[in-house]
Amino acid sequence: MSTENYVIKLIVNNHPGVMSHIVGLFSRRAFNLEGIICLGVGDGNTSQMYLLIKNDERTEQIMKQLEKLHDVLKVSLHTEEEFSIFNKLCCDLE
Amino acid sequence: MRLSGAEITIKLLEKLGIDVIAGIPGGTNLPLYDSLYNSSIKHILTRHEQGAGFIAQGIARSTGKAAVCFATSGPGATNLLTAIADAKLDSVPIVAITGQVSYDYVGTDSFQEVDAYGLTVPITKHNFLVRAAKDLFRIIPEAFQIAQEGRMGPVLIDIPKNVQTEEVEFEEWPDFNDNSIEYDIDDKVLKQAAKMINEAEKPILYIGGGISNSNSSDILYEFAKKNSIPVVSTLTGLGNFPLEDPLYLGMLGMHGERYTNVLLNEADLILAFGVRFDDRAVGNVNKFCPKAQIIHVDIDDVEIDKIRKVQVSICADVAKVMSKIIDMIEENKREAWISYIMNKKISMPAYLAEENNEFHPMNIIKAVSQLVEDDSIITTDVGQHQMWVAKTYPVKHPKTLLTSSGLGTMGFGLPAAIGAAIANPKKTVVCFSGDGSILMNIQELATLADLNLNVKIIILNNGHLGLVRQQQELFYNKHYMASRFITNPDFAAISKGFGINAYDVKEDEKPIEILKKVFASEEPCLINIPIEKFENVLPMVPPGAGISEMIGGEVI
Repeated sequence: MSTENYVIKLIVNNHPGVMSHIVGLFSRRAFNLEGIICLGVGDGNTSQMYLLIKNDERTEQIMKQLEKLHDVLKVSLHTEEEFSIFNKLCCDLE
Repeated sequence: MRLSGAEITIKLLEKLGIDVIAGIPGGTNLPLYDSLYNSSIKHILTRHEQGAGFIAQGIARSTGKAAVCFATSGPGATNLLTAIADAKLDSVPIVAITGQVSYDYVGTDSFQEVDAYGLTVPITKHNFLVRAAKDLFRIIPEAFQIAQEGRMGPVLIDIPKNVQTEEVEFEEWPDFNDNSIEYDIDDKVLKQAAKMINEAEKPILYIGGGISNSNSSDILYEFAKKNSIPVVSTLTGLGNFPLEDPLYLGMLGMHGERYTNVLLNEADLILAFGVRFDDRAVGNVNKFCPKAQIIHVDIDDVEIDKIRKVQVSICADVAKVMSKIIDMIEENKREAWISYIMNKKISMPAYLAEENNEFHPMNIIKAVSQLVEDDSIITTDVGQHQMWVAKTYPVKHPKTLLTSSGLGTMGFGLPAAIGAAIANPKKTVVCFSGDGSILMNIQELATLADLNLNVKIIILNNGHLGLVRQQQELFYNKHYMASRFITNPDFAAISKGFGINAYDVKEDEKPIEILKKVFASEEPCLINIPIEKFENVLPMVPPGAGISEMIGGEVI
């Protein structure tokens, strides 16, 4: 994987519709999404989501659009080195 | 207390100040309707759910407060979609409440089951699928808060039938805490913006729906006058600046006046206040205001740098920003810029209709404006008549021109007019429509007849989908494919069939005399007026061109 990839970490309300809000945002705004990992955390009221994206001039707009979603509680942007979760998964799959 | 989900929903709506709901009952929202039976809320039974959605919009757009529509599951929900999407693009606060099949049946393709939640993800500000009746205490107030806070927009609440009938034991009703968002406005950025304004030689204010929604037309006037900043408006911003003021430059964009668009591209500073750089307003964004620095103020952070990267941006309520920045800007008469503008207005005058042609749509629209009070509410459908209204009708107050701007929905005008008339019983409401648009929600004439509201419908009838025909004439070698109607119904007879008085103006009659008669009464009425079939809305910016690259409409 190239180093221009970024990982967006999200904390979201955990209910069955959240995923469609996140994924729908990427498809309808024509943003690229390279990978998703999602897991419930703590008491199950929230989930943690990791989105793998290619960094380009639209990253800022993606971040703002994600922050605007009502079920998204926290958004942060990281380099792939910081969160090598997708890399590890890639190795496992291979 | 022990109440059902349906009873809780209706009681919460009452407590939230809702007094009217437009909708249609069906299998999965019958418990909600049963609870309406003993409610103080007035229900408006429409003839199509889209009509209910646009009635809610008419209420919300004319009052600035959230309004509610009801529909059953399946086709009821899908029929609402257009009105919801329309509200999203124009930032209108409506709360749509749909019935859903019982939760046990969800996912089984049961009768009238459709995934209303999934369908409305991309067209609502937020949506809910209610899984337990106790959740209603949180979801209903939250839906209204979301619809009305920050940048307003539509919210959908999908309530399965079993949740409506489920009973809940509870002690007290929730408090509705109004935790409205506080926007931090950075003083440094304000000062920088003020400095740019003070140093600019040719500034222009580009205003939009954000000015209407933040009720900031008064402060806008003071702000613009203090520093003599000329004002251009988008379609949704019309009514926020006095038309007769020398600073007013009219509507910009695809059907803006020649001088408006040309002057914009000469500006050295654009104050983009409550706007989103929509392509119909700015044309090709790379050719928009090439010499200008831009200060963008909008309540929705997402709009900042979305279409056009700007030099200075502030995400906040534009009313608050103006009330702070006004103290930082100098009084300035800007004599050179203003006289340059005056000369431009003279050398590139607005395109007007021949004065003695009573059948020219622009003259009809002007005549109507002289027959009604200043604060009357005007709705339009979508097409040439909409642009003629935007260019010609003297809209003098915010929230008095209701028009589907972002989505451009034909069929908007009549139900929106009904909604506006419900919310403003003392006002005259005029719906300008075309022979194409009116047929898209004509069934709501029945709803209008039920309510006998003071709504006047004026059909400017050219026998075509006029704006399509115009584009085919200008850009598709006059290949008039599917833009002419082979037959055209007798609209006056249809209207009378619904029980609404109507006039069919003949070509040898005097339309303005007939309009005078119509507006002397407070009854609903429909007037069909034939207009020239090949009249164009000019000037026009071709799709994809810069806004100063207009065709037609030169006055020689």
